[in-house]
Amino acid sequence: MGNEECRKTGEFCLDPRTVYLAPDFVEACVQNNRLFVKGNEAVAMAALEAGCRYYFGYPITPQSDIPEFLSRELPKLDGEFIQAESEVASINMLLGASATGVRAMTSSSSPGISLKQEGISYMAGSELPGVIVNISRSGPGLGGIDASQADYFQSVKGGGHGGYRIVVLAPASVQEMYDLTMLAFDLADLYRMPAMVLADSVIGQMKEAVVPHPRPAVDLPAKEWAVQGKGGGEQRIVKSLYLGDGELEAHNWKLYAKYEQLRGKEVRWEEFLADDADLVVTAFGSVSRIAKTAIMQAREEGLKVGLLRPITLFPFPAQAYARITGRCKKVLDIELNTGQMIEDVRLSVTKDTEVFFYGRPPGAGSLPTPEELLEQIRKHY
Amino acid sequence: MRHDVFIAGFGGQGVLLAGNLLSLAAIAEGKNVCFFPSYGVEKRGGAAMCTVVIADGEVGSPVIGNPTVVIVLNQLSLEKYGSRVKPGGTLVINSSLIDSSAFARTDISTYRIPMNEIAMELGDARMVNMVATGAYVQLTGAVSDESLAEALKKALPERNHRFIPANMKAVAAGAQQIVAQAG
Amino acid sequence: MQQVFHRPVSLKDVQTHFCPGCHHGTIHRLVAEAMDHFELQQRTIGVASVGCSVFLYAYFDVDVVEAPHGRASAVATGVKRARPDSFVFTYQGDGDLAAIGTAEIIHAANRGEDITVVFVNNTTYGMTGGQMAPTTLVGQKTSTSPYGRQREKDGAPIRMAELLAQLEGVAYSCRVAVDSPKNLMVAERQIKTAFRYQVEGKGFSFVEVLSSCPTNWGMDPIKANERVGAEMIPYFPLGVFKNVGNL
Ligand SMILES: Cc1ncc(C[n+]2csc(CCOP(=O)(O)OP(=O)(O)O)c2C)c(N)n1
Ligand code: SF4
Ligand SMILES: [Mg+2]
Repeated sequence: MGNEECRKTGEFCLDPRTVYLAPDFVEACVQNNRLFVKGNEAVAMAALEAGCRYYFGYPITPQSDIPEFLSRELPKLDGEFIQAESEVASINMLLGASATGVRAMTSSSSPGISLKQEGISYMAGSELPGVIVNISRSGPGLGGIDASQADYFQSVKGGGHGGYRIVVLAPASVQEMYDLTMLAFDLADLYRMPAMVLADSVIGQMKEAVVPHPRPAVDLPAKEWAVQGKGGGEQRIVKSLYLGDGELEAHNWKLYAKYEQLRGKEVRWEEFLADDADLVVTAFGSVSRIAKTAIMQAREEGLKVGLLRPITLFPFPAQAYARITGRCKKVLDIELNTGQMIEDVRLSVTKDTEVFFYGRPPGAGSLPTPEELLEQIRKHY
Repeated sequence: MRHDVFIAGFGGQGVLLAGNLLSLAAIAEGKNVCFFPSYGVEKRGGAAMCTVVIADGEVGSPVIGNPTVVIVLNQLSLEKYGSRVKPGGTLVINSSLIDSSAFARTDISTYRIPMNEIAMELGDARMVNMVATGAYVQLTGAVSDESLAEALKKALPERNHRFIPANMKAVAAGAQQIVAQAG
Repeated sequence: MQQVFHRPVSLKDVQTHFCPGCHHGTIHRLVAEAMDHFELQQRTIGVASVGCSVFLYAYFDVDVVEAPHGRASAVATGVKRARPDSFVFTYQGDGDLAAIGTAEIIHAANRGEDITVVFVNNTTYGMTGGQMAPTTLVGQKTSTSPYGRQREKDGAPIRMAELLAQLEGVAYSCRVAVDSPKNLMVAERQIKTAFRYQVEGKGFSFVEVLSSCPTNWGMDPIKANERVGAEMIPYFPLGVFKNVGNL
């Protein structure tokens, strides 16, 4: 089984020449070690490099490139690809595989992620790692397939029952699709909890250059909790049911302590031209990219505008907001929804900071342009 | 240095291939690139469109409201994107398939190139996208001809490398049109 | 002269979005004809599933509820229980009914809900771009079975009409095709029989219709139509698997 193989770090498991290429780019660009791939493909590539050999999914637009890529490549690596009968089944397959200690992944888009919430809650309760990718689309309900950030609440606040959190990473480039997918596996293993990569069809469908890298050497704890058959040793149990007096409360405090640890150690964010800014724009994922161009245009007009982009949505980089708004008193929050992250932004800025909001509820034709965001910047500057 | 361009037409005109080629050439030159195709619902009805942004530094937005250059290969694309060209920008029209007599913007430069005829003369109507690419490169200098030839090698499977010289001729013919019309 | 070919009143006079050569359009027509036959338009409530037939409401001139993916027969259960006088049908694809909606269809059938289910089997997920479905034939290449469906790993294609016929709650279960004039005539008759069961209040009826998907099969309309007879019918035999009332 490819499992031992995939524990190796510092070494590629895949020959980029044979693997990374979309069919129409057979001899693609291994130029300067920069591969020109779609965001979704970068996720799949990184999962393989991270040692993930188990994928469970169900078709849904706009993430199907991920299962399509993996259905082609996993068999070559002795891995398992299962197209499950539903998202409910696929998240529970992930739960089962993760419980045995292997690295495993599922991916979907918003309606499918809703169905996975039960399983995610059980994984959180059972302290199981596992990576969930959401190439989110517009809702509610069937909604549409356009890029959306309307799943912020669902992802960040614990989308299922029981008051848990999961790691949520928000890539804004194809390179980050690669890097953060890899990081998601490490954080999931380090903290024994599910980790989500939250992107949308802009980041998933666009192509950029990626510098692939092998799995970094991270000191990961041994998975002594993983079920593998007693083999003469102690019995191991993976569960979330705690009925004894005080047991469940203690369990919840233990989970809470991990969330606090994450808040202390794992926050990541990007600042762009923020040091001297009089107005700081804040946005994540695809919208942060659109905002960047608007900010560059604003700078050309002499407006001192910068960007604060959370990379980890949970843990939220509250400290970055506190520090920046110690000096800059105006924040413009931009989202592809009617206002979700803004609640965390408001809780994180200094008291006398004004927080403005500009949002577009997702749907066909509602992706804002840099020119449109520049208007907003001028208005609030 | 920053370049942004819309390339739009119908499926089969090689719109996405042209975008990919420009991107690959720019990557080969060490530049940063973002290629954003239209997908899903937008793709229905056979329309094909992509945005390419090329920059030395930050690429920024994959989504552009008013691009510096717009290349339209069919009538519908002119109607959809002709008004989106940034004031002072450039519109390149495939005059073989587009009647642009009613198009009257004076705040941009407009080039009309009979791309289908040119491609056909060079032996293959499918090279319309290469004529367009040549025109774009001549207009902007976004990438060099050498990088474009290199990119073609990468984009095409080995067995099709024999088509590269013809494609590069189409690129040159597109460039030629810009030179002639600008002069 | 009498007009023999006319648009069923239950269908709107609009162009469909289906690809050329897709059987969905033909199946819509047969369903609408059965509806007209029993004069059901004014009391019909259709339940649309998620798949290429999601725009049911755009083509049928009847009331329609859009169900979440796979849940149409549960939604139909709710509708029928609340409005027992209405005529309730679902129109579901094979991904919808035989994958994500397996639990819902089995239990609606097992309860013997007084509804009619039209099940369109095109051996693939049409709308999402041709992934493997539970009905994909062994060896068939799809975008998520690039090496062909493997019996050992992916299981064998599910025969829903036979499977549901096993359940006591099911009154009528059959499989038809619309690839030839002869099959079309049988299909027309059997869809009407399925409707008759509900019209007469005699229980759950199920019609599986073998359908083409030229786009995702990578075939032209003629080849795709031929595939139905050449590859699908041998594995998915046509016939009536249950007919408790001999209607
Ligand atoms: C919960 C959920 N998962 C996935 C999807 C994506 N999806 C849309 S249609 C479809 C399946 C379509 O296949 P089928 O039911 O066979 O109908 P067809 O298009 O072939 O007629 C899927 C998986 C969805 N809408 N909701
Ligand atoms: S994709 Fe297939 S099922 Fe859907 S409309 Fe086209 S041919 Fe019909
Ligand atoms: Mg189907």
